[in-house]
Amino acid sequence: MKAAHAHNAFKLEDEEVKRLKEIAKELRVWIIRMLTEAGSGHPGGSLSAIDILTVLYFHTLRHHPNDPNWPVRDRFILSKGHGVPALYACLAKSGYFPMEDLLTLRKATSILQGHPVAQTVPGVEASTGSLGQGLSIAQGLALASKMDGTHYRVFSMIGDGETQEGQIWEAAMSAAKWQLENLIVFLDYNKGQIDGPVKEIMDLEPLASKWAAFNWDVQEIDGHDIKKILDAIERTRAIPGKPHMIIAHTIKGKGVSFMEGKIEWHGKTPTKEEAEIAIREIEGSAI
Amino acid sequence: MAHKATRSSFGETIAKLAEKDSQIVVLDADLGKSTMTGEFAKKFPDRYFEFGIAEQNMIGTASGLALGGKTPFAASFACFLVGRYETIRMSVSYSIANVKLVGTHAGIGIGEDGYSQMGVEDIALLRSLPNFTILQPADDREAQAAVTWASIYKGPVYLRFTRQKVQDVHDDHYQFKFGKGDILKTASPAKESSKPRVAIFATGGVVYNSLKAAEDLEKEGILSTVVNIHTIKPLDEALVLELARTHKNIVTVEDHSIIGGLGSAVSETVAESGIPTKVLRLGVKEFGYSGSPEDLYENFGFSIPKLKQSILSFLK
Repeated sequence: MKAAHAHNAFKLEDEEVKRLKEIAKELRVWIIRMLTEAGSGHPGGSLSAIDILTVLYFHTLRHHPNDPNWPVRDRFILSKGHGVPALYACLAKSGYFPMEDLLTLRKATSILQGHPVAQTVPGVEASTGSLGQGLSIAQGLALASKMDGTHYRVFSMIGDGETQEGQIWEAAMSAAKWQLENLIVFLDYNKGQIDGPVKEIMDLEPLASKWAAFNWDVQEIDGHDIKKILDAIERTRAIPGKPHMIIAHTIKGKGVSFMEGKIEWHGKTPTKEEAEIAIREIEGSAI
Repeated sequence: MAHKATRSSFGETIAKLAEKDSQIVVLDADLGKSTMTGEFAKKFPDRYFEFGIAEQNMIGTASGLALGGKTPFAASFACFLVGRYETIRMSVSYSIANVKLVGTHAGIGIGEDGYSQMGVEDIALLRSLPNFTILQPADDREAQAAVTWASIYKGPVYLRFTRQKVQDVHDDHYQFKFGKGDILKTASPAKESSKPRVAIFATGGVVYNSLKAAEDLEKEGILSTVVNIHTIKPLDEALVLELARTHKNIVTVEDHSIIGGLGSAVSETVAESGIPTKVLRLGVKEFGYSGSPEDLYENFGFSIPKLKQSILSFLK
């Protein structure tokens, strides 16, 4: 009896992972399509982030896309604002606005600007894109949640290059001071930034021990492994009194072989032909 | 006549308002003793957030608190707040967050600490952000009213307060009217058409001296109207233009850079109107330095005799 129950739970979890993988696959295609249509933007850091964002938007977050301002919704702050195509894709797929709108990215007539803008796109909580700032905003929301006793959770994603900003470490200190266990932060560690490899530009290592030294609960995972992302988020619930850092090892451009790990795809968009190849590759990939 | 620093008025008022408004929270960056938030911190320890010396984190967190429904007042010296201008620009202004930035230690009037602690360019910077409201009260009563107004208004507000004590320019009946110039003195009707008329627009810590200088000048035949500008943005443009028409001469007085502050705002308004008017901007034109507030006000032209002298030579 007990064994059968456990077996069912495993099966359900497998199905959930499969469902999320399929969504991530679909959204990768949309990221390529919207960036190709826009002719500018950041594919590398959008594709490295999409698996985590998929788990958040289609599994974890308590939110109502038809009521974006629901007061006790869980919040997500994309501190690395240039990854916004991944966020827009998740918001559209969730139902905040039509999927077709994604193809208007970066046009003067579109609500979808090149970086997130608060109160113009349903579901976008704060304006980001100047790096280093989103974590403090997320912290403020987490404080407000605790003060009100609503205990909604606040999720945020920071970039690895972004972690070079001093404000990140100011927030690292204060979030621990206020014991914000409702603050869960992903660090999209894709190892690349505009001018080159993070390691060469300004190495972050030893990264996990830095966050641990700031008194955060730290986990290190493969940021493309849906199961591991789910487990990491689940695990944060068991650790009280500390903000949570999930260092997600990712690959810039993940899912498109000619973009993977290539710095030049940080802020360059594919041609129509390259996009076709990329989409064929994503669609042909195994779940 | 009360003689009080407007930063103290802020501290007392915010502690009082918070009794009724449970959404008010206060943030400090290791300057609570100077921004006068001690009373609030003591009464409402759960609503007081001390960041240590980390202003940009304080400002960003204020934004998050505001987006989460709170009414945060984030306080520091004016110069340290706008030192994090880009955080204000993105996390507060562009995120349309209901944050109240409280900049104390406005201008060279702080005295002995010197230029590194003087807020001299703060208005210039924040005035360029599209959705920022900027308030600078002239005395205790007005400071109380401005803080109260800011706590109710939804949107980013910058409140600018003095370190030094300032003399009252208002009595108990004073009514703060947001966005309206506060006329402290109206030019007596001209007995002879040849007598020069001047409209003086002053803001903050220099309002009292400007009024006294104008009263003295009246005895010497200079007809003047004195307007206290507590709302620097949005400026009461209608009043500026009306007085430009009727007075032909305008003087602005502010303990702030003459670039980008009240003098600029008034000049821009007059210049675009086509009304022939002469404008003299009195303000800070160089780095401040250490000295007593009185000595600095003398040296920077804000003492009553120096103001009189500047206005007289302007009208010659």
